[in-house]
Order: sequence, then structure tokens, then C-alpha cells
Amino acid sequence: MARTYRKTLFEPVLDNNPILLQVLGICSALAVTTMLAPSLIMCVALTVVLICSNMTISLIRHHIPGSIRIIVFMTIISTFVIVVEQLLRAYAYDLATQLSVFIGLIITNCIVLGRAEAFASKNPVWPSFLDALGHGVGYSVLLIIVATLRELLGSGTLLGYVVLPSITNGGWYAPNGLMLLAPSAFFIIALIIWGVRTWKPAQREQAEFRILESHEHE
Amino acid sequence: MNHYLSLFIQSALTENLALTFFLGMCTFLAISRQIETAIGLGAAVIVVQGITVPLNNVIMRYLLNDGALSWAGLSEMNLNFLGLVTYIAVIAAFVQVLEIALDRFFPALYQSLGIYLPLITVNCAILGGSLLMVQRSYSLGESIVFGVGSGFGWALALVALAGVREKLKYSDIPQGLQGLGITFIITGLIALAFMGFSGMKL
Repeated sequence: MARTYRKTLFEPVLDNNPILLQVLGICSALAVTTMLAPSLIMCVALTVVLICSNMTISLIRHHIPGSIRIIVFMTIISTFVIVVEQLLRAYAYDLATQLSVFIGLIITNCIVLGRAEAFASKNPVWPSFLDALGHGVGYSVLLIIVATLRELLGSGTLLGYVVLPSITNGGWYAPNGLMLLAPSAFFIIALIIWGVRTWKPAQREQAEFRILESHEHE
Repeated sequence: MNHYLSLFIQSALTENLALTFFLGMCTFLAISRQIETAIGLGAAVIVVQGITVPLNNVIMRYLLNDGALSWAGLSEMNLNFLGLVTYIAVIAAFVQVLEIALDRFFPALYQSLGIYLPLITVNCAILGGSLLMVQRSYSLGESIVFGVGSGFGWALALVALAGVREKLKYSDIPQGLQGLGITFIITGLIALAFMGFSGMKL
């Protein structure tokens, strides 16, 4: 039993990462990662919402009629998102404005709805909690890697502290402006995917068409 | 008129929902294998976005905003905290109604768009459009232009990506980049191209 629990908890972190392999929840992963601080808030917010919604849905899973389950899930999820949003506005107003619409968009983050549908609606509370925690951590790890790279290379700082002093402030580092713009996030994630799939070949996708190998010129 | 035109250009090209705000990425990556399906989904997004954004605008103006309920004699009321749950409910309900209506009155259109409609409820571009509209407090006219424009921009990016991916089927891609990896790189390149529009004003 303990083995399955451990698998539920750790599998989403590396072997079945929600972003890298399941292609879920990418929107927010890309948009908030220009700076590390908002990304950390985003990770915490998503993990909290995911854990709460997974546990609630798992608690009432026998009472949700199948035909209207999506609407029920959406209502539960958006309730938790509203709670998180109001808390952030009360205690971290600056960060909440910086994240703008992306806290609200946790509602349509496919990880949350996806886990509710695929796991929480079929499993007891404890495994659902572990599953939510695992997916939250898997999402957070990737977000933190991307945000660290983008903030460090794009502005030479980490969490606002200067790490690489930039030329404009009398240092030596010329900030790479592209890192602060949208396209860099796509490139960084693509490179991470490439790296992980080279390390773990089981995650590779097969090509739709294969180029026939020719031996004529040997 | 000029103002509306410039808002349209801004929402469709310079502030493209998919490529600068990363909204609707999940569907964007999943449904971009073929141009035909991409056009179908794109059209559905334009329709839904063009209607739900103004609809949510009206709801925000007359029900949720601070003092919006003064027409009912409740000028003290501020229901802004209910925004998120209201907007997503409006979108989900509208998509459902649209699906039923299309099935009843335009079966041919339903055949081509119908399968994409359920996908749209959880498409963050739609909810994101409404939330951005609230944040920038657009007027009703502006919200119609913004809705149609942003939907059009999203569809344009989707069709462009599908076009590239169709050609790419036959190319020799490194094993680890196959599929998702190369799609991310292409999307990044398209986003770079769209950045060329930035600063464009009418």
C-alpha cells in the first residue's frame, strides 16, 4: 500500500510531469515566469487550490451525478480560487496585481480540472491529497526552473537581489532582453523537454512518418 | 471609429492572447495538427469570445461592480468578489446553450463546430478575455471589438501553427524533440514574428 502511495506522490514530479508530458497547465507556467517572486506565489496558489479541490471532490465523489459533474467541479474549483485571490489581495496586494488575471485563470488551469476528473472523482481522500501534492510539486519544480533562468538571464537578479550586476548599473553583465519576452519561455520549455527526454527515453514520442534510411552511399 | 480599429489591431496582433499572454495553450498545442480542424476550432473561439466578453461586460456593469446595483435600489452593494465564479458560469452556460441551438437550427454548422464547443469551456483564452476586459474596464462597444479581435488573433495564431506543423510531419527531427518539444520551438518562433507587430498603432 505504501508503495502505491509513494508512486502517486512522486510519479508526477519527474516521470509523468503535468507540464512536460501531460501538456496541462501550460498557460500560467509561461506567463508568470519572467520574475521568480510571482512564480513562487503562483506555485503556492495552484498547489493549495489543487489540494483543496481534489480533497473536496474526493469527499463528495459518491454524491456527484455523472452528467453534471464538470459544472460541479468548476464551481468547487472557482470557490477555492476566489478564496485564494481574496487572501492574496488582502495580504500581498502588489504581487496580486503583478499576477493580474493569472490567479483567476487557475480555474481553467487544466491540471486542476484534469486531476479532479481523472483521479479525485474515483479515489479516496488520502490518495487524492497525495496526487494533488505530487502534481502541485511537479508543476512548481518546472515553474521555478523556468523563472530562475528567465530572471537571472533577463535582468541579472534573483528575487529582486542583484546576482549579475548589469552594465547600466556599472557591472559587467549585458541583460538578455529576449528572456523577459514571451518567446523565450517557449524556447526554455522546449529545451527542458529535450533534456528530460534524452535522459528518459521512455517519454519520447514516435514520429508520424519515418525517413527511410538509405545505404546507397556507404 | 479610429479608436475601435486600433483596439482591434492591438487585441488581434500586438497583444495576441495566445502568443503574448499564453492563453489557451493546452488546446492550442493539442488541436494544431491539421489546418482544417484548426480553422474549425478558431471559428468557434471567435464566435464564443465575441459573445461572452460583451455578455460578461453587461453583467459586470449592471450586477457586480461597486454600486452597479443602484438601479435596484442597492447602491451600497459590491459583488465584485463573485466575479470569477459568475464569468466561468456564464461561459459554461453560454457554450452549452450555443451547442443546443446550433444542433437545432444549423445542423451543418453544428457538425463542423460542435465537437470543439465543449473544449472551449475550459479554454483559458475565453475566461482570460473576460478577465482582461474587467481589468481594463472596457465600455460595451470596446468589449465587442476586443472580444472579436482577440478571438480572431487566437484563431490566426492557431492556423499559422497548424500550417507549420503539417509541413513539419516529414522533417527529420532529433528524437527527444519529436512532438511536443519541436511544437514549443515553433510557437516561440511564431511569437517572435508576432512581436514584429509591436508598436504598431493606427
